[in-house]
Amino acid sequence: MKRRIKRLVLSMSVSPLLYLIAFGYAMGNEVKFNGHTYLEFLIPGLISMSSMTQAFAISTDINVARFYWHIFEEFQAAPISNFSYVLGEVSAGLTRVVLSVSVIIVLGFLFGVKLDYLNPFLWSAVILNGFVFASLAVGLAMLVKSHADQTMLSSFVITPMAFLGGTFFPVERLPIWAQKLIYLLPITHATYAIRKGAFGFIPTIKSYIILIILGLIFFFIALKCVNQARD
Amino acid sequence: MSAVKVINLKKRYKDIEALKGISFEVYEGELFAYLGPNGAGKTTTIRILTGLTRKTSGDAWIMGFHIEKESIKAKMNFGLVMQNINLDQELTVYENLDIHGRLYGMKKKERKKKIEELLEYVDLADRKHTLVKELSGGMKRRVTIARAMIHSPKILFLDEPTVGLDANIRRRIWALIKKIQSEGTTIFLTTHYIEEAEFLADRVAFLRKGEIIAIDSPQSLINKTGQWAVDILKKDTLKTFYFKERKEAENFISDQLESYTLRRVNLEDAFLQLIGKS
Repeated sequence: MKRRIKRLVLSMSVSPLLYLIAFGYAMGNEVKFNGHTYLEFLIPGLISMSSMTQAFAISTDINVARFYWHIFEEFQAAPISNFSYVLGEVSAGLTRVVLSVSVIIVLGFLFGVKLDYLNPFLWSAVILNGFVFASLAVGLAMLVKSHADQTMLSSFVITPMAFLGGTFFPVERLPIWAQKLIYLLPITHATYAIRKGAFGFIPTIKSYIILIILGLIFFFIALKCVNQARD
Repeated sequence: MSAVKVINLKKRYKDIEALKGISFEVYEGELFAYLGPNGAGKTTTIRILTGLTRKTSGDAWIMGFHIEKESIKAKMNFGLVMQNINLDQELTVYENLDIHGRLYGMKKKERKKKIEELLEYVDLADRKHTLVKELSGGMKRRVTIARAMIHSPKILFLDEPTVGLDANIRRRIWALIKKIQSEGTTIFLTTHYIEEAEFLADRVAFLRKGEIIAIDSPQSLINKTGQWAVDILKKDTLKTFYFKERKEAENFISDQLESYTLRRVNLEDAFLQLIGKS
């Protein structure tokens, strides 16, 4: 980690910086949502998106370990339970999440956007969102048979969620049928809770309950999938 | 007690029967070579025994612990060196070994002491803080062996440990393997280099198409074939004839018009004879 942190932080900064410049800064203070500038609206969305993508990124690390470096065999042959292994990988995902969210907060300060960044509701939603997607990442990484499959999963699962889960625009502006579909996505609930927290409000408990239930389901599936990785 | 006991182990991959019900025992302290051509089922056996692959049926125990029902206890008792160099290339030699020690629940002080001891043992003490990606193939192999020994396992599984290494480095690895065995570790070695098995092993199992066709000491297997061999090259085919006594072989040679070689029978002859019969 200490040897990779510079690269990691740099790579974590690129996308949010571009989004802030392209969508936020360029729009100026003219566009407002519920009294907030677009930059103020965007930053919680980026935090939510980044906590999802960085948590899910551990699937790539796992696959590199499985298919390229073969280090995964080292874990399979070690006297550790599936629970310990999955918990270790999910913790690695959460470390990435905390790091990437911190990067966005620093960028937020640099862009002069003042929000309640230390709000406990914001951070608990961030951690739960990370837990959901890191657990999903471990499960899927165990099932794929190649690195190409993994890339395809990211394109079909993560990319649509990154753009549709209330990150860049308010879900309420969509037609009712689309809103109903989008409320099925875990990131929508994470984005809602993170944004509420960042604006200093208390989010409804429903969002947290949905994230906890989904996280536990994906964690349990990941535990089962570790055995599937043995041929 | 057997270090490894395998009963009627089978593995099927869709239409391919990789292991057809093999049974064998490895005794404590011995160096057991598992010999066969590529695709015979050597790696499949080692992968099942070490928990990397699921068996289709049959049973196996490591130091008396069932490989599936008591997998954690079984795993505490062995070290594994895979055919691939499965090290984290971006970590140093020390860090790779340290992570392994943590996986086995070793305390920090204990890990440090053992890593330093082992790096001396495999002659890599001066490379402790070198990134693995900067090491040569032979050095990386020695790191994988040291790593597998960190938790002082009773059995060491070595899956083709010298494949791809040049002759000089191969002999260095052989000496290291012998040294490890001499200190009481049971060695289970898979190889397709017959001379490696002949040089190192106390007992050899010949594997062919998922079946064990013979298990014995290299010398017994050689004795069953004969003591002397005559290779005769006729046009473009090489035929080998085996004899109990040198005199018989010399008499045979005296009638030959073609070029020949008279030599001692080796384990490769025993293997080829058994393949011919099976």
